[in-house]
Amino acid sequence: MKIIILGAGQVGGTLAENLASESNDITIVDTDSERLRELQDRLDISTIEGVASYPSTLDRAGAEDADMLIAVTSSDEVNMIACQIAQTMYNTPTKIARVRSYDYIKHAESIYCKGAIPVDVIISPEQLVTKNVKRLIERPGALQVLDIASEKAQLVAVKAYYGGPLVGRQISFLKEHMPNVDTRVAAIFRKDRPITPEGDTVIEVDDEVFLIAATENILPVMSELRRLENPYKRILIAGGGNIGARLAASIEDNFQVKIIERQSERCNVLASELKSTIVLHGNASDGDLLIEENIENTDVFCALTNDDEANIMASMLAKKLGAKTVMTLINNPAYVDLVQGGVIDIAISPQQTTIGALLTHVRKGDIVAVHSLRRGAAEVLEVIAHGDSKSSKVVGKALSDINLPSGTTIGAIVRDEQVLIAHDHVVIENNDHVILFLVDKNKINDVEKLFQVGLAFF
Amino acid sequence: MHFKIILRILGILLMVFSLTMIPPAIVSHIYDDNVHTIFYLCMAITFSTGFIFWLPVYKLRQDLRIRDGFLVTVLFWLVLGLFGAIPFYLSQEIHLSVVDAVFESISGLTTTGATVVTGLDDLPHSILFYRQQLQWLGGMGIIVLAVAILPMLGIGGMQLYRTETPGPVKDNKLTPRITETAKALWYIYVTLTLVCMLAYWLAGMTWFDAISHSFSTVAIGGFSTHDASIGFFENQLIELIAVTFMLISSINFGLHFFAWRRKSLLHYWQDPEVKFFLSSISITILVSVIILYFSEHSNSLKAIRDSIFMVVSVATTTGFATTDFASWPTVLPFMLLLTAFFGGCAASTAGGMKIIRVLLIVKQGHREIKRLVHPNAVFTVKLSNKPVGEKVLQAVWGFFSVYMMVFVLMLLAILATGVDQITAWSAVAATLNNLGPGLGEVAANYSPLNDTAKWILCFSMLLGRLEVFTLLILFTPTFWRR
Repeated sequence: MKIIILGAGQVGGTLAENLASESNDITIVDTDSERLRELQDRLDISTIEGVASYPSTLDRAGAEDADMLIAVTSSDEVNMIACQIAQTMYNTPTKIARVRSYDYIKHAESIYCKGAIPVDVIISPEQLVTKNVKRLIERPGALQVLDIASEKAQLVAVKAYYGGPLVGRQISFLKEHMPNVDTRVAAIFRKDRPITPEGDTVIEVDDEVFLIAATENILPVMSELRRLENPYKRILIAGGGNIGARLAASIEDNFQVKIIERQSERCNVLASELKSTIVLHGNASDGDLLIEENIENTDVFCALTNDDEANIMASMLAKKLGAKTVMTLINNPAYVDLVQGGVIDIAISPQQTTIGALLTHVRKGDIVAVHSLRRGAAEVLEVIAHGDSKSSKVVGKALSDINLPSGTTIGAIVRDEQVLIAHDHVVIENNDHVILFLVDKNKINDVEKLFQVGLAFF
Repeated sequence: MHFKIILRILGILLMVFSLTMIPPAIVSHIYDDNVHTIFYLCMAITFSTGFIFWLPVYKLRQDLRIRDGFLVTVLFWLVLGLFGAIPFYLSQEIHLSVVDAVFESISGLTTTGATVVTGLDDLPHSILFYRQQLQWLGGMGIIVLAVAILPMLGIGGMQLYRTETPGPVKDNKLTPRITETAKALWYIYVTLTLVCMLAYWLAGMTWFDAISHSFSTVAIGGFSTHDASIGFFENQLIELIAVTFMLISSINFGLHFFAWRRKSLLHYWQDPEVKFFLSSISITILVSVIILYFSEHSNSLKAIRDSIFMVVSVATTTGFATTDFASWPTVLPFMLLLTAFFGGCAASTAGGMKIIRVLLIVKQGHREIKRLVHPNAVFTVKLSNKPVGEKVLQAVWGFFSVYMMVFVLMLLAILATGVDQITAWSAVAATLNNLGPGLGEVAANYSPLNDTAKWILCFSMLLGRLEVFTLLILFTPTFWRR
């Protein structure tokens, strides 16, 4: 596929890296020639220097025969105009734009359509990150929470601790212990290496376990791996920017929320916008302020400013002063591996969230959703199976008979409103949403091929 | 430096290269000249050496760093130069010494076309074919070929590609993926060769001569199957075809790519490099016709015919001959050798410093003059109305000065071996620019030179083919420092 990426920033660069390794023709456009050179040295892509929304630049980038345009420059307006021009001049089939400003998103239905601004998919990182943090707050103890099949099922990553009933036992014990709850262990990461779980795999302390279950069953299953933490009540947010404000607004009804913001003007805005949240004017790395605000009784401390270093330092301070759980927004991927699992409980990476959402639209076939796990080391795919037992390699077969690429497991199947946890005897039917778990990203093409319908279908 | 991965790639490349011994072996069977055993032997030697390199590290997966790229490229040209010499060394018919065999092989691969072999017309067909094939393989670049056919080079391929492609701007890819770019270049190259071959055949060459000469024409090499080179045929049409294809092959292959994809020829005339290239060649032809006409040697028609052929042949750094240009009035041979310094366009098969660099240097000189007139004005150097970055300009100056320094140093070295001035000067110019024939003692053949001079010229040819820096960088301590 020929893909043009506008903007070689963090998201653009990571996206190019992800896509170039999957044999796509990638052209990336930016105004910063140094950044482009650096990317070209590292990746097998072509680069064009120029203003992303200019027709001449798009022409040089080969918009004429491009299959997809992904606009992720830092400016919402440039992104939107580039999509408009690609549509008008080149009739590019798929146009994806990142839009940050909440104002543009509020009226999405009426703005982004044919005849107005022709953007096929709007990606809003702030919105995605806010949702991500919210889910984590609602699932105490989870390292990562993903909604699957429009929130019918969830996938959670949990660290196994001493005292969890399942720790030190085989996975098959889970079924004996909780006969009423259907769940499946999709993968285990032990010391950063993936293990494909079998029934006799023994879960060890400090394993990162990925579980799939219907949404309402998630909490009891998580309790098998660790003593369940009480539901969170008191949340302290550092940074009242876009993400912080939106998060506060979405959770203030169910939690006691405080938000720390440095600029007094912004504090005024926040105070007037938010209902029950307490807005504090001050610095999140000010220990006295944190103590004054009862940091030792805070359940979750979220550092959500746009400065990685400030976030990390404030989080470390909060943890030391007694916050139970700290979540930190970290843009620089190098930092994520450095700090997660140490003092900081959960590192949230906006790029990974955004890229997962973008990849959904890039992947071929009937892939509904792609989620990156563990900073992109593994992926969860949601694929729709089509066809019948003759034309498809999966439909009409029991799971044990499907020839899956190595490193791939089927976690669950969503049929209509029902979540079926994958057991060997389950038979896949037409239009099932199949949830696959991949620990080796190179196998993605094999999975795509597996689900493609043979000629007999047409 | 990742020596293991370098060893692995080198092993694979050698094993692939061993397959190139098959075509000459087939030719040997066709003409029944009893040389095929040598080619089979060489194939076995090359393949097993590659296998021995590859076997201990075949499981290794690693990306090439920029530095590894330089080493791989240089090693590859060097190793192939040596292995390519084996058939010349083993063959009873030409019985060359080690240095002569290596000289001939490197001269072939670097598309120089300087030869130490005499009596070409009596040699077995398979050996002759092998010489031509060496030039053809070297023409577009062995690395480009390797990148095109070995997908495992992947991202590392870019590092290699850059070390070999000629021209000041090396990041220009025709397509987003490097493998596709390399393939496109080779498709164009093969197509040109086929068309050229057909044209030669229609003009009256035998199939063998047509194939052989199309190889060395499109590669801008200059080897021939006859001692008298193209002059052997005494055919105006053949000369015209040769001139056409020499010019086409020394134009940027990127332009050919666009011509092929957009189905238009317009952009050739809009390209400043091509314009400068063609006009400088035309002027040289004109000057040479005038001088030849006023000298007593020839009539006007012959002057025009010889001038066109020789100017194009030398300016594109091919090195074919229809006449002995060394015996022309003294100013002409020197002028022609200077045009060889200009060379062809960037990203073509031609040698020399490349026209685009000369053009940029001229434009910069012009800018300095304008600056003297308007001290406060801001001037940017532009190519077809697009500004050229200061970094590129600096790199061009750097290249120019190093090229000249290298030239002078090697000239001194050759003089030190006891060769006369004209021979030394022209031999270094002819090898550094990958031209081929020189003046004085080396006007037709390099065999009169002493062994030391030949080794130096081998180095000179490699320097020229790899555009100096890629090879020179290996001699700097910074490169080896961890």
